[in-house]
Amino acid sequence: MTNPFRRRSATDLSAPAKVAAFGLLVGWSVVVLFPIYWLVVTSFKRPYDVDKGPFYLPFVDFQPTLDAWRYILVELGNDTLRPYINTVIVGLTSSAIALVMGSFTAYALVRFTYRPRIGLIAVAIGSIALALVTIALGVPVPVALAAAIGVFILLAQTIGRRFRRSLGNSDIAFWLISQRILPPIAIAIPLYVLFQQVGLLDSLAALIITYVAANLPIVVWLMREYFASLPRELEESAAVDGATVYQIVRSIVLPISVPGLVATFLIVLIFAWNEFLIALVLTSANAQTMPLQVAAQNATRGPQWWAMSVLIIIMIAPVVAMAIALERFITRGILVGALKG
Amino acid sequence: MPSSPRMSPALASSGNSVTADPDGLTAEGQASETRPPRRAIASLGAWRSDGAARWLFIWPTVLFILVLSLFPLVASLALSLSKLSFRQGGIDLKFIGFANYQQLLFGLERSHFLGVLKSPSPLGWAIVIGTLLLTAYAWTRAVRSGRYGPFGLILRLFAGVLLVGFVWLLVQAMVSEGGRPGSLIVTLIFVVVGIGLQYVLGLGLALLAVQQVPGRRFFRIVFLIPLTITPVGVGYMFLMLTDTSKGPLEPLWVTLGLRDFTWVTDPWLARAAVIIGDTWQWTPFVFIVLLAALESLDQEVREAALADGASRWQAFRHITFPALLPVTTTIILIRLIEGFKIIDMPNILLGGGPGTATQSMTLQAWIDWNTLNLGRSAAVAYLLLILVTIVATLYVNVVRRGVTETV
Repeated sequence: MTNPFRRRSATDLSAPAKVAAFGLLVGWSVVVLFPIYWLVVTSFKRPYDVDKGPFYLPFVDFQPTLDAWRYILVELGNDTLRPYINTVIVGLTSSAIALVMGSFTAYALVRFTYRPRIGLIAVAIGSIALALVTIALGVPVPVALAAAIGVFILLAQTIGRRFRRSLGNSDIAFWLISQRILPPIAIAIPLYVLFQQVGLLDSLAALIITYVAANLPIVVWLMREYFASLPRELEESAAVDGATVYQIVRSIVLPISVPGLVATFLIVLIFAWNEFLIALVLTSANAQTMPLQVAAQNATRGPQWWAMSVLIIIMIAPVVAMAIALERFITRGILVGALKG
Repeated sequence: MPSSPRMSPALASSGNSVTADPDGLTAEGQASETRPPRRAIASLGAWRSDGAARWLFIWPTVLFILVLSLFPLVASLALSLSKLSFRQGGIDLKFIGFANYQQLLFGLERSHFLGVLKSPSPLGWAIVIGTLLLTAYAWTRAVRSGRYGPFGLILRLFAGVLLVGFVWLLVQAMVSEGGRPGSLIVTLIFVVVGIGLQYVLGLGLALLAVQQVPGRRFFRIVFLIPLTITPVGVGYMFLMLTDTSKGPLEPLWVTLGLRDFTWVTDPWLARAAVIIGDTWQWTPFVFIVLLAALESLDQEVREAALADGASRWQAFRHITFPALLPVTTTIILIRLIEGFKIIDMPNILLGGGPGTATQSMTLQAWIDWNTLNLGRSAAVAYLLLILVTIVATLYVNVVRRGVTETV
């Protein structure tokens, strides 16, 4: 029987320091797990047990019942299953798309230099404004769009070339993240109108598109940081050997950025999994997601704590399972192995 | 500008980077000699060339976001300049100029948005004058140093004026007789205190979780759990937990002699409850990003320093922490932008109460939205947009640039 707190190497913590670290970790685990424990016991309570002061231990303090579980899983049956499947589809699809698109962009922002010209951007904004104004004045949409594109090409060839001042990569990145500033409440109604026009209201596609757009800036910013911190020597030697960017990304960058990719994927998955307000506005019956079900438990009879607890537990279970499956990739050694091998 | 000094000249081999930026490349001092030979583009097909990759990697993202963000941006601006009214069989949008903004900043809604502003107490005056003098001193030093061009100086002057103006607002609402903070200041309190707590806790936990302690995998997964719960759910969960008569902490309140204690009567306790809930939920975000960053740090420098007799604190202070600074500034920026949108916790826990003590800007917009005052709701959202844009721009230009240049 070896001592689990034993010091393993010269740079490892000493045994007492390890015990202290362990104690702090246990302390925070209690802070995290106690509310979760309370959710679990609440899901087995009858309304009476919730109302009559705190009861902590099933079978000791109160008689547990499966009423709430039966209500959510059997009585509501399909009304729980459909939002659940929707949440899984929307969450996985949108975060996978956002991760792929955003990682390429992040890599490009770290390794290439972009110099978007201010003149061209101004001309583009002017043309878009022109199109919007003419549409508002009653000009048919195709005519207005054609006119705007014509004006854009004309001005880009003349005025756009005059102004040589340009922006840099950090400005592109800042523009991307600034798209998250406007609160969902201000975006929801315009998005409703937008998706109504293309006939995608109450569809999973609308939610996926919105969540990809919402999560892209987060992916770009997090992955940009990881890519920038990777040692460049490998990529440079591969480039000297004649590898294309695609080969470098696939066989060098991807394998060593797995910890960052996994952490980022988990974060955007969680964001898409849990989003509430946009889903509330864009969906009505078919495409509803689980956060709406949770909020719906605060009915006219007051919050149905037991049912709400069941819903929250079944919502976090797959995410936690995925975190357990993916956690081992967020670890040292992958990078070290790549460098030595 | 974290990326440009690290830009790889070896990989930037397409046409445009020939005129590459002088700062980024000369810093590396290897602009031309490591440039690889032009590769056989023709044999691979032009679309596979690096030049195509440059655009292929970035345009889908830019276009996607442009299409989806442009319309809401323009539409909510238009909405904020109008009044929505219902008539038989439909709705009317009437253009009313800046009336919604005027109402929030100077009119009826001012006490709600900016707060009840009274003339400051002597201490308040001292704070304002102190801030003014310090800002003026810092700006004249910046002028004298000659390090900044006219644009940089104007930007700094603007930041200084904003800072003094904001402190003036803060003092009038909080260090005065009878003043009360509005949703603007309440939001800032949530953001500043919340993010500070979350960062310190998240960093501490990440540093502990990389140690070789028993059960480290268990801790890493458990610490992630609060993030996985939907924010609305966290709100209701904390509503259960903070209930002082039926909640699980009831015996604790009784033993502390606080049987009649409630969170909802005292403004500061209510705000503390919101911040505790927010911190519980968002610390894991900081934790997991820093954990992944810590795990991908090169350990050799640190080990060499420890072997040479540096203390653990010195190794952290001079090696680990500087290496974490770029990712730190990124997490803080993301949390800053997300934190300003706080709504579920104050809404579900306290309904913005007592009074308007925990009403954040987004919650105010939500209340206007629910009463179908869509114009004013959009105006609040736009003011939030302006505020966060200013804060984030200053943060990126002053803090982030300063930090990432030194690393």
